[in-house]
Amino acid sequence: MKSALGTDMLLVRKRQKEKVFLVLATLALLFSLVVLFTLIIDAFLDGLPRLNLKFLTSFPSRKPEEAGILPAMVGSIYVTVLTTLFAIPLGVGSAVYLEVYAPKNRLSAAIEASIATLGGVPSIIYGMLGLELFARVLQLGRSLLTGALTLALLVLPIVIVSARESLRTVPQSLWEAALALGATRWQALKDQILPVAFPGILTGIILTVSRAIGEAAPLIMIGALTYVAFLPRGVLSPFTTLPIQIFNWVSRPQKAFHANAAAGIIVLLAVTLSLNALSIVLRNRLEKRAPRTL
Amino acid sequence: MKVRQFLVLGLFACALLISSGALAAEKIIAVDGSSTVYPITEAVAEEFQKVYQDVKVTVGISGTGGGFKRFVRGETDINDASRPIKASEIEACQQNSIEFIELPVAFDGIAVVVNPKNTWVDYLTVEELKKIWEPEAQGKQIRWSDIRPGWPEKPITLFGPGVDSGTFEYFTEAIVGEARKSRGDYVASEDDNVLVQGVAQDEYALGYFGLAYYLGNQDILKAVPIDSGQGPMAPTPENVKNGTYKPLSRPLFIYVNRKSADRDEVEKFITFYLEHAKDLVEEVGYVPLPEKAYELALERFRKRVTGSVFGGHGATVGVSIEELLKKEAQ
Repeated sequence: MKSALGTDMLLVRKRQKEKVFLVLATLALLFSLVVLFTLIIDAFLDGLPRLNLKFLTSFPSRKPEEAGILPAMVGSIYVTVLTTLFAIPLGVGSAVYLEVYAPKNRLSAAIEASIATLGGVPSIIYGMLGLELFARVLQLGRSLLTGALTLALLVLPIVIVSARESLRTVPQSLWEAALALGATRWQALKDQILPVAFPGILTGIILTVSRAIGEAAPLIMIGALTYVAFLPRGVLSPFTTLPIQIFNWVSRPQKAFHANAAAGIIVLLAVTLSLNALSIVLRNRLEKRAPRTL
Repeated sequence: MKVRQFLVLGLFACALLISSGALAAEKIIAVDGSSTVYPITEAVAEEFQKVYQDVKVTVGISGTGGGFKRFVRGETDINDASRPIKASEIEACQQNSIEFIELPVAFDGIAVVVNPKNTWVDYLTVEELKKIWEPEAQGKQIRWSDIRPGWPEKPITLFGPGVDSGTFEYFTEAIVGEARKSRGDYVASEDDNVLVQGVAQDEYALGYFGLAYYLGNQDILKAVPIDSGQGPMAPTPENVKNGTYKPLSRPLFIYVNRKSADRDEVEKFITFYLEHAKDLVEEVGYVPLPEKAYELALERFRKRVTGSVFGGHGATVGVSIEELLKKEAQ
């Protein structure tokens, strides 16, 4: 009897502990959700009345009610798309090399450590690198191309790490079977491994897009502008982006500009979400078509 | 298969973007520099592009110093500046054989503000402000009663711009007597709106920032008149304009690259700037120079007079309109 009661007590205590943990975990989740929603609701309350077609299709202006976000929105989309175009081949290539070809020696260990470290470098440092390397040494000036190349360097560690992760999830048996059937390493990679890993790689790209679109500091460093009353006509055009425009509006003395900033934040959220949605749709389609693995 | 298609698509998009870039040979006027002067240049650029639609003007906000770093390399045509060019910057220009034309475009005041619930402060002298802000005050809690007997025995909460700001540089030069010398234990923000909110929420607060931020928030702030020996003067646009709001009003400038000035579109832009500055400056919350000053500046530009009238001192305190005019005329 006694011992049975003891076990009961033990069980009750265990359950109590679990309940406490559940409550704590829920509170942690609620906390971040509440903060997030407060921010979003605040931006929507301030910005929604300002958000209309004219706001989306106008150029910046000294008059808050006439100012629009078109060049910043187009600039952001351009920069993000270009950044992804540069970062993916480089990032996936590096990941494939490190996972498949690299010999396990000190050099590759050093490379791996560097990549992990680069992921933690403050973004403004990349801005300084981009200014010197792309804008000045390579003579690309303060252009979209410079901005995209700088951001590509910034997001490269994320792409490499996530691509390596997804390459690792491909079963070793697939690789061995391909080689056993006489495929070269390149054939095995191209026809078997990469298609299976590709959806996972795209997840990394989604993260890349979100990171690239929110960056302002490195772009101000390389000379992205605030007032641009025209759309970029090519990769060598000057440009501005949404975070820079929002930052500028927030810091103006006239309150009407603050409403513009809030509306800009909504646009930024919408652009980020739609670029992410695009990647997710792409990933799901590829996932369906990818060869089945066992 | 999918991978290859994806790569081909990517390469194609790259090629398309790059080839379209080669076509872009446009008339672009590149302006960068002070975020304080930015709203003025933005307003001028906006109006200018309505008239000259084939010219494109871009304006950045790298700060006065950050902008000059570009300007001395010849990367920009015009630099917005909230202080005169420094000796080191003039030297860098000479090294790169860049000549510049210095043009004053407006006046800006720095407002010293308190909470509207603060009923005791009627004015502050420069000496009193110095006592509050000098580096020696660091760590000491200054109460309002320490400034003048009879005021509340409550500590003053201080708000001011961060050390990268031109306003900080000018205020310390004007009040403490040496640029960049200030106590460091105050609530600092590069975002003036944070300072506005800070002072508006604290009954015992004292802060300083650009006049435009006070004018935009008069309902939640109270400006303190400043006495520099000739009686207390409120930071009104009139007092800044007639030079009596001393020593906290300062001129704002644009610096034009001499070589760029000969380009037709830049010449038109500067002429447009000086001809329309008066109205536009007022509209964006700054104080215009007297009409005569704009005429003299235009003449200076037409004659392509290069160099700085301030001799490379950087932030220069107590420049009144008359002095500026005299310097312009020389």
